[in-house]
Amino acid sequence: MKIEFQHIQAAHCENGVTANLLRFYGVDLSEPMVFGLGSGYFFSHMPFIKLNGMAVTSFRVLPGWIFKRVTHKFGIRVRRLKFTNPDKAMLALDNLLEQGIPVGLLVGVFHLSYFPKEYRFHFNAHNITVFGKEDDKYLISDPVMENVETLTCDELRKVRFAQGTYPPRGRMYYITGVARTPDLKPAIIKGIHKTAKDMLTIPLPMFGVGGIRYMAGRIRKWPVKLGEKAAALNLSQIIRMLEEIGTGGAGFRFMYAAFLQESSEVLGNPLLNELSREMTETGDKWREFAWQAARCFKNRDKGQVSYGMLADMLLDIANREEKVFRQLRKINVG
Amino acid sequence: MKTDEVPQDKGFLIEGKISDLNYVVDKDGHYTSRQSKGWMPKNEAIRLAWEQIYEHAEEVRQQVLAGKASPIALYMELNVMDVSILASYMELPKRKVRRHLKMKEFNHLSPEMISRYADVLNLTPEELVSVDRIRGIKFEHED
Repeated sequence: MKIEFQHIQAAHCENGVTANLLRFYGVDLSEPMVFGLGSGYFFSHMPFIKLNGMAVTSFRVLPGWIFKRVTHKFGIRVRRLKFTNPDKAMLALDNLLEQGIPVGLLVGVFHLSYFPKEYRFHFNAHNITVFGKEDDKYLISDPVMENVETLTCDELRKVRFAQGTYPPRGRMYYITGVARTPDLKPAIIKGIHKTAKDMLTIPLPMFGVGGIRYMAGRIRKWPVKLGEKAAALNLSQIIRMLEEIGTGGAGFRFMYAAFLQESSEVLGNPLLNELSREMTETGDKWREFAWQAARCFKNRDKGQVSYGMLADMLLDIANREEKVFRQLRKINVG
Repeated sequence: MKTDEVPQDKGFLIEGKISDLNYVVDKDGHYTSRQSKGWMPKNEAIRLAWEQIYEHAEEVRQQVLAGKASPIALYMELNVMDVSILASYMELPKRKVRRHLKMKEFNHLSPEMISRYADVLNLTPEELVSVDRIRGIKFEHED
């Protein structure tokens, strides 16, 4: 049993599943467009949430929000289910596949057999689409993979019921109806405004443009406060978050620039193309930061790169992002 | 980033199977995407994370060989788990799992319990209880 489903590789799993599922129902959007419409761009640095005992840094909104916002904007009806019983979870999936419905699944990556070993941590917010079952093997469209993969029933059950932080509990979602042809223009504007608001106005220090400055301040103090080794580990964790599988490079900054460029064409607004160029520059600065940070935590720079220097680079980035979003906040249709 | 700047620093991604899709600008200033095999800063960050895991695992391994910690403690580290993750996979209270991390308690575990732990830690029961196996473990990456 196999549904005619087109697997297209994406940078990020949630964008990819969203784009691939929507395309199946005749709504053709690029990955950057999905990301922009879903207001996926963000920044947060949260010392009170720990991963491996270190602060969590994120360059995007919470998992699930992009899919939720994009489908909601276009009046697309979605059904979501979660389970306590793995047998029922697998049966429900089989039933939908029998009806020819591709199903999005939330899974953990630790037991994902086709993933490189070094990437298999207990991360439970990965998204895949299942679009068929042949013999005992499920056909998997995993957006970060180049080709279609397969998982046995046992393997799929394991990743759906992974344990750890935010266990997926067999969560699955599928589209039940597309109500109307989406009107892209107002949706783009709304998506941009939402992101600009997120980046500029949250009155807490850890989020948005202010969050980048907050992180800069903490990094500056790390060598003295934590010591050489812990500082290096903390820094390397930021780089892992910035460049982990699926950001499209530089923590989604290039993907967002691509979205702004595409939007500039849709809306016939040259300013957006200009801002796309500025966003690309910001992305290049993030990459420069990552490069210098890696030299620093690998101690290959012989002490030339200081934490103070890295913090200064971040302050420059924060200023650039602020400038872009102050202008994006004022963008209007036409 | 421009099309000709896409990094191809081989790291942990598997060629022909999984790559990083990068959004890049072509020579006319248009956005497009290109596959990347990896990038130095990211490869180094992942390598450091594993070095850290292996460093800690080596300490635990010494404790196992000294008869203090149980093999479960070592394989928990190698599976990148903590007590809370292991306990939820085992469907046991954390305090029980914590006890099983000691060699003294481990020696009294029932064969059923050993086989459940082995399953969760991706081992056979024989592998889980073999001290020879632990003596022979080397922590290395294939580069």
